[in-house]
Amino acid sequence: MLYALLCYNDEDVVWSWTKEQDEAVMSRIHLVREKLIREGKLGPSLRLLPTTAATTLRKSGTDPVVIDGPFAETKEQLLGFYILDVEGLEEALAIARELGEANPGGSYEIRPVALFFGDERQPRREAASA
Amino acid sequence: MSDLAWIEGALVAARPQAMGALLRYFRDLDTAEEAFQEACLRALKSWPCNGPPRDPAAWLILVGRNAALDRKRRTARDVALPPEEVLSDREDVEAPLAERLDGSHYRDDVLRLLFVCCHPSLPDTQQIALALRIVSGLSVRQIARAFLVSEAAMEQRITRAKARIAKAEARFEAPGPVERAERLAAVAAMIYLVFNEGYSAGDAQARAQLCDEAIRLARLLLRLFPTEPEIMGLAALMLLQHARSPARLDEDGQMVLLEDQDRGRWNQKQIAEGLALIDKAMRHRAPGAYQVQAAIAGLHARAMRFEDTDWRGVERLYATLEILQPSPVVSLNRAAALAKVEGPQAALDMLEPLEDRLSSYFYFFGAKGALLLQLGRDAEAKAAFDRAVSLAASATEAAYIRQQIDRLAADAKSAGAVSGRKALARP
Repeated sequence: MLYALLCYNDEDVVWSWTKEQDEAVMSRIHLVREKLIREGKLGPSLRLLPTTAATTLRKSGTDPVVIDGPFAETKEQLLGFYILDVEGLEEALAIARELGEANPGGSYEIRPVALFFGDERQPRREAASA
Repeated sequence: MSDLAWIEGALVAARPQAMGALLRYFRDLDTAEEAFQEACLRALKSWPCNGPPRDPAAWLILVGRNAALDRKRRTARDVALPPEEVLSDREDVEAPLAERLDGSHYRDDVLRLLFVCCHPSLPDTQQIALALRIVSGLSVRQIARAFLVSEAAMEQRITRAKARIAKAEARFEAPGPVERAERLAAVAAMIYLVFNEGYSAGDAQARAQLCDEAIRLARLLLRLFPTEPEIMGLAALMLLQHARSPARLDEDGQMVLLEDQDRGRWNQKQIAEGLALIDKAMRHRAPGAYQVQAAIAGLHARAMRFEDTDWRGVERLYATLEILQPSPVVSLNRAAALAKVEGPQAALDMLEPLEDRLSSYFYFFGAKGALLLQLGRDAEAKAAFDRAVSLAASATEAAYIRQQIDRLAADAKSAGAVSGRKALARP
């Protein structure tokens, strides 16, 4: 079974960590990651930039609307996500619109990624299909 | 991370919102500060046992407000008992206040708190000191260290600034759109002052804190005003400039020029955030000075090597900045970029008319000397460098120019090639 582990915390606090505090946390995480990678239990992981860097495409309604800032509705839930490898926001928004046509309703929050660790598992078995 | 470190982080993060709301409530900085202090003390006692509240800012506002009211009530009781309806009224205020805590009201509270600090009657240095004390909650000692003055002097500066704004009467009703925009612009300028104070070379440790603080405040503003392209630009500008700070000084604390910096030491996370914010701002098609400056810093950040810099792009952006925010320093920077695209003579032609207005500007003579040197006009170059040395504000700046002069002398001896010589730009 694949699980996504979603991380929540107060970004004001986390992004105010000193370099030392940040590095201390990251190095502790690194140890756990290493172990999980050896065990073949960790897929890709990433760290997002703060929500101030986010843009949201609201695709409910007739015309998708671009909104500055993060997704803020409380009545909708996180259902999944894509990782895009593109030049910048314009291209990401174009892809979001394209996906939105295929799957209207709800929103996409487009949040830049600060750190990305790819999948380091050995290809020992077929991943469950999504 | 220990509980205590987390709590301290949460208190710092919640401070602007909590102070902003307490200031609206009490309409007096000192009372608001005392109330906040009291709330922090109680948080340090209560949060480790009971766990942190879901909304630390709201907790601090309610507890701080009640603590200050209790104190008022106690002192009032010493004088005379307040009328019963005043005492019971107080309970009714609670509910609407708690409701108002979620969201939009924070915006004007925090803006007001910041705006109070950049009152036009305050000189720049007092604005910065006051903002660091009131909004960021740095201790007087920390601020004094950053400014290289004694604690007593800084204490006095802050007290004076507070006295001035107490007289000036802050406005507590919600601002209209025009006034809000004006406040926002003043606050942005003040935040950039804080950043620049931290950016100027010197006591690196204490000053880096100022840069971090300015970035934190910009992110805060951005969260409150998510659709303002100039605020995105300001945040991006500071992030991109700060990203270079690990490479700006060498082991001896000497300034390293942009072209000599080890770009591997630039902070890639900050660069990514800055570039993302520029992207967001550009979408609004409403260029402003912060956005253009950020875009310039962005072109530097994108270049893996100095040689890869898009100098034509940099030159064009400075030309835009000349229109948005004309200043001889902007023209000087434009000339430095032009030198990379069209050569030293074109740059010198652009630079020379600026001399009157930049006659006391270190970078002007540094840049002029470098251009003359490239043109092989060594004697004039030396005169310009001598002038730059006499204007250098720091030992680091002077040392750099002396190095140029030494190189000139060495080149004269070896009659070496003129290629590969450097123009002086702000690192």
